[in-house]
Amino acid sequence: MNETAIKPRIEKVPLREQVLQKLPVLLVPILALLGLAAIGNPASWLTLTVAGLAMGMMIFIMASGLTVVFGLMDVINFGHGAFVTVGAFVGFTVLAWLAGWTASPSVMLNLAAVLIAILAAMGVTGLLGYAFERVIVMPVYGEHLKQILVTMGGLIVAQQMIHVVWGPDELHISRPEAFQGSVVFGEAAIEKYRLVAVAIGLALFLAMRHVLKNTKVGLLVRAGVENGEMVEALGYRIRRLFLIVFMTGSALAGLGGVMWGLYQETITAHMGSEIMVLVFIVVIIGGLGSVEGCFIGALLVGLLANYTAFLAPKVALISTIALMVVILMWRPQGLYPVVKAK
Amino acid sequence: MLTRLLSGDTPRSGLLTLLLVAVLISLAFAPFLFPGTKSLETAARICIFIVLVASYDLLLGYSGIVSFAHTMFFGIGAYGTALALSTSGPSYWSLTWGTLAGAFVAAVFALAIGLFSLRVKAIFFAMVTLAVASAFAVFVSQMSWLTGGEDGLNYKIPRELTPAFKLVNDKVFGVRINGKLLAYYLVFFASLTLFLVMLRIVNSPFGRTLKAVRDNAFRAEAIGYKVVWYRTTATVLSAVMAALAGSLLAIWLRYTGPATTLSMEIMIDILLMVVIGGMGTLYGAVLGATLFILAQTYLQNLMGVAAEATSAVPLVSTLVAPERWLLWLGVLFILSVYFFPSGIVGRLRAGRA
Repeated sequence: MNETAIKPRIEKVPLREQVLQKLPVLLVPILALLGLAAIGNPASWLTLTVAGLAMGMMIFIMASGLTVVFGLMDVINFGHGAFVTVGAFVGFTVLAWLAGWTASPSVMLNLAAVLIAILAAMGVTGLLGYAFERVIVMPVYGEHLKQILVTMGGLIVAQQMIHVVWGPDELHISRPEAFQGSVVFGEAAIEKYRLVAVAIGLALFLAMRHVLKNTKVGLLVRAGVENGEMVEALGYRIRRLFLIVFMTGSALAGLGGVMWGLYQETITAHMGSEIMVLVFIVVIIGGLGSVEGCFIGALLVGLLANYTAFLAPKVALISTIALMVVILMWRPQGLYPVVKAK
Repeated sequence: MLTRLLSGDTPRSGLLTLLLVAVLISLAFAPFLFPGTKSLETAARICIFIVLVASYDLLLGYSGIVSFAHTMFFGIGAYGTALALSTSGPSYWSLTWGTLAGAFVAAVFALAIGLFSLRVKAIFFAMVTLAVASAFAVFVSQMSWLTGGEDGLNYKIPRELTPAFKLVNDKVFGVRINGKLLAYYLVFFASLTLFLVMLRIVNSPFGRTLKAVRDNAFRAEAIGYKVVWYRTTATVLSAVMAALAGSLLAIWLRYTGPATTLSMEIMIDILLMVVIGGMGTLYGAVLGATLFILAQTYLQNLMGVAAEATSAVPLVSTLVAPERWLLWLGVLFILSVYFFPSGIVGRLRAGRA
């Protein structure tokens, strides 16, 4: 039998399409260069760029959970902001208990305190995600309208519960000693904490890519995004996968909440719903369900927000909306549309 | 005659009819039945919110579209009237053109957002409107040279609508017949008219098609209806109605600011009113808005009493504290989405059958 006959023929993708595929990646450096041209002064440009990257990374951490949850389960969680807020509040409570550690000059103790705070926040928000999925989201799978309403209701209740538990006032905490102050590169002063945020965000993105591309769970998640029924037919319990992904997404939102809280040093019960605006913009720009798109979108939004805050402070939020409009004109489904086999 | 006025959409339930008539009579004679400034304020708020909530129901209940930009349109209407009155003086002319301009701008915005995001997915629309509405609220509070920023705008309205204007010198049934009363009846009759117009819209062939699109967009498209066109038109109509309600609020309060028109809290209030009252029926808007605003005004006193009574129990007393009333409404909201998606009105109508 002729072997070549049954070999699948893989067509080589033309160069033009390959370039088009990669084009969104180029947007970040293009935007950075445009920023440099508009700002002029390289030192302030560097400061702003690092600030923008840090902001983008933090938004990415919060948005990644939301986008994967949407991709896999077709559930959009308007209550995602509640996890951000709860994470921040839990983290701050833990840091307040460990006030001795955070005030000490020892870097190790500082790091340990922040690590414990992050773990506590992620643990609590992960569990909360479990409860949220079971009680609020599970009965309304497949019904978008009800999902939006119910998760919005969950957000209201969660926000009110934060008032009950932590009181109506905003919390204030200073960053641990090791994260205060800034590093000076030439003329540009860069806050240390922003570098830490960039590092954590980048590490998380790489880890997520690794898990999604190279592990069995990641394979299942990607297969589930494309065709959930088929994965189920092959004998995998997709419901359990849903739950794990939802909990992970919630825990990531909690992590983002702690980081954002430490960045702002002040948290309120409404912070989650305020950040959600940016998170939604990022998720839309990236293409609902796509982690890479979400990453690029987050960096774009972070950079643009910081550049415009410097150049024209009044239009900062409008500029991100404008970015969203421009991107959607170019690609109506976002930068990396998720293909569904349906 | 009456059926014609209601566009053939009668309440179809004895108890519901009774409740609606009670609401109508209470609102129509509010100044005489419940004298006092606070109750008149409450009655006017109820009138305005009935229009606002009904216009939201046009989207949520009849078209199956979730929008978070409804307060934006409400605010555009209010600011349109407010800006016209504060820049060109308290005349009926500026009041009219301000209202019309507000409605027009709202329509243009709604058209742009609708054409832009409704072709993709309903869920997209919810997210886009949320982002746009928040940006708009921030934008308005930053444009302080035009909008007064966070402080908002105070302005004069035509003298005939202010308490200083006396129509009759003596009291009638113990109530002063002054400009405030005229303003109330302006709000009342405008709200009634707008409500009846919306009732007409949803019971027209257009409204029927909207329901078809809501229930099965794919099939509606296959039959030959342009789904995007119907959805966008519904968005524009509902935005115009919301803007008109905003203008009424601007006339009534003689003040317009971000907190009374644009805030996310009001958006959530509207959502709660629609869902608790009943989605997909305009009478739900009437009951939802009335109950919600009465609860907002009077339930908090009751909860204060409950908090006093349970002050010995630590957690319970914070849970029933008057400031936490939204918590219980949130729980009620989730439960009603699960168990009675058709709200109070749906319950009442089902009870008859």
